[in-house]
Amino acid sequence: MTRESPSSTESADDHETNTDTKSTLKTERNGTTDRPVATDGGNVNSPFEVVSEFEETRRDRYRKLYDAYVYAPVSIIWRDWRARIGLTIVLLYLLTGTVGTMLVEPTNVTEGPALVNPFENAEYILGTDAQGRDLLSQTVHSTATILKMVVSGAVCTVGIGTTVGAIAGYKGGMVDTVLSSITDVFINIPGFPLVMVLGLMFSDAILGNPYAVGVLLSVAAWGGLARAIRSQMLTLREESFVEASQAMGMRTHTIVFKEIIPHLMPYVVINLTNAGRRVIFEAVALYYLGILPFENLNWGSTLNLAYEANAHARPGALHWFLVPMVAIVFISIGLTLLGQSLDRVFNPRVRARHEKTTSPADPEGDSDDTTNTNDMMGGI
Amino acid sequence: MLTVDWRVRRLGQAVFTVWAVLTLSFVLIRMMPGNIMGAMITRMTQQGINPGRARELVELRMTIDPDEPLLTAYGNYVVDTLQGNLGQSVYYGEPVTDVLAGALPWTLFVLSWAVFISFFIGITVGALMAYWEGGKLDVGLTSYAVLMGSIPFYVLAILLLIFLSYRYGLFPNGGRQPIGADPGFNLVYISGIIHHAALPIISMLVASGVASLGMRGNSIRVLGEDYLRVARLRGLSDITISTQYVARNAVLPMYTTLLISIGEMFGGSIVLEQVFQYRGLGWYMLSATHQRDYPLMMGGFMIITLAIVTALLLADLTYGYVDPRARRTQ
Repeated sequence: MTRESPSSTESADDHETNTDTKSTLKTERNGTTDRPVATDGGNVNSPFEVVSEFEETRRDRYRKLYDAYVYAPVSIIWRDWRARIGLTIVLLYLLTGTVGTMLVEPTNVTEGPALVNPFENAEYILGTDAQGRDLLSQTVHSTATILKMVVSGAVCTVGIGTTVGAIAGYKGGMVDTVLSSITDVFINIPGFPLVMVLGLMFSDAILGNPYAVGVLLSVAAWGGLARAIRSQMLTLREESFVEASQAMGMRTHTIVFKEIIPHLMPYVVINLTNAGRRVIFEAVALYYLGILPFENLNWGSTLNLAYEANAHARPGALHWFLVPMVAIVFISIGLTLLGQSLDRVFNPRVRARHEKTTSPADPEGDSDDTTNTNDMMGGI
Repeated sequence: MLTVDWRVRRLGQAVFTVWAVLTLSFVLIRMMPGNIMGAMITRMTQQGINPGRARELVELRMTIDPDEPLLTAYGNYVVDTLQGNLGQSVYYGEPVTDVLAGALPWTLFVLSWAVFISFFIGITVGALMAYWEGGKLDVGLTSYAVLMGSIPFYVLAILLLIFLSYRYGLFPNGGRQPIGADPGFNLVYISGIIHHAALPIISMLVASGVASLGMRGNSIRVLGEDYLRVARLRGLSDITISTQYVARNAVLPMYTTLLISIGEMFGGSIVLEQVFQYRGLGWYMLSATHQRDYPLMMGGFMIITLAIVTALLLADLTYGYVDPRARRTQ
């Protein structure tokens, strides 16, 4: 319906930046003659014979990709104070987990004096524990381990949850019944005790493998997401674009994963950060309880050692708890804020205003400013 | 599709879940490589009991016979468990059901208060945030909710223990009942119990952060409805609108969240009770894990599962009575 208007703005846009003469020619022709006349005198009005109106060079495509996946998300994210803080915190932890481990040396027993308080000794800025181990070094080195758990756990949780939920919702019938029953079992099973028992059983496989811990923790966590995705799928599969895809003879998994899932992206991404936070909480709890074996100290096992050494009853040992605690709370604040603001990045209506090269496929993009504000206000 | 009443289907699903957990524990105990029974027998032999005798002892305690064919053993195990026989605790030498039955009320006491108070706070705060949406109070309270959601409850628990108990001595530093008081309905005992349970309950209040954000979202959604505009146009008072129109509709979806969070808290009680050395269900399950007292550990797992499945079943079955709109769609 609005074929002319977006493409004409597009061509004007291209005109300034594009050096490729071919595409300029094409777009110019498009501007002057509205309907191209076929040279062989065939049926001009048949929509099936219309070739794409202008060609895209590789550079165009890269610019669009950059615009859609890098520029627009970052510019939207950066306008939101939550995201600015959240992203900074997460990046800080990533840096600590990668560069930090190279800068800070691992610590050993009786490296320094026992229970040095923080900010008293320049060599041990965050203090030491009862066995003289540097707490800063413990925290930095465990960041890498925890981040590995977070990545594998979050990806596993969201991957399983989305796949199972999407297939159950799209297929319906027997497949839905089976998958939903399995999902319900996993929702009902108490997550933490299950992970505890499994962790005990597979302690050999887990020792020294943070990715395995992440996978283990995702076992009990994907159910809720799968159920939510399924119920959204039930409404989405009735949409006309799905019917169109089916009529075009697309394969089921192309329809589900390429056409429908992108619509669920906001939900999936928010859950990615939530799942990450959950992995941290549960992994630290398991290490704190001393159930999972560990080779190197991490935040949880530091807490465990502190509790075992009665640091809560001793004066002057408070920092032994506080250092890992601050590390845990800080990253989870970062993940929470990031999750809240990522919602807006993947909300197509908000992002349309930020992209320079808006694709004409979304004609509502510009006209819907009034509803946007409502969405944003409710979407926290 | 067969049109079975949804309540029957929901009940069937709960039974299915319990069965699945039962089977899972059977698999873990009997069939896993390096399984629980093998581990227990080795452990006992190391303690100087001869292998034959150790085997008998393990059989006695686990209600699973390692020598029986798989299916017979499974059948006996299911029948035993359904009759309430969860085996015998290795450490305490008592039936698992007795040990856990003594611990369950304490956990329920702490958790029910924690759930009740945190939802009360969450709903109030959420309603306030929604009412002054976008204002200073909203921003402040949202930050509070985010912070609450980012603190694991056990971190708060340890901090409370350090400061309120060890540093300032306001609360006892562990245990579940006052020493020296007679158990029963007397003031000293009852107030002592509350005193001991106070810190665990307060630690669980971090759940109020998540609840308040949920309530805020619900209320804002209701506030945008057309019938609310009509109510204002009719000149109804603010109080009538907020209590009769907004609160009712916004609280309803919280009901399910509430019962689900009971399930989460049951899992969390393991860590919570360890921090405060509060001898409830979670404490016994954890100490059983450390002492490799597998019958007690798996028994605790079963009981927690039962509690959660029941809570969720109740939530779904009664939601129709709480919210008449849900009855029509189901």
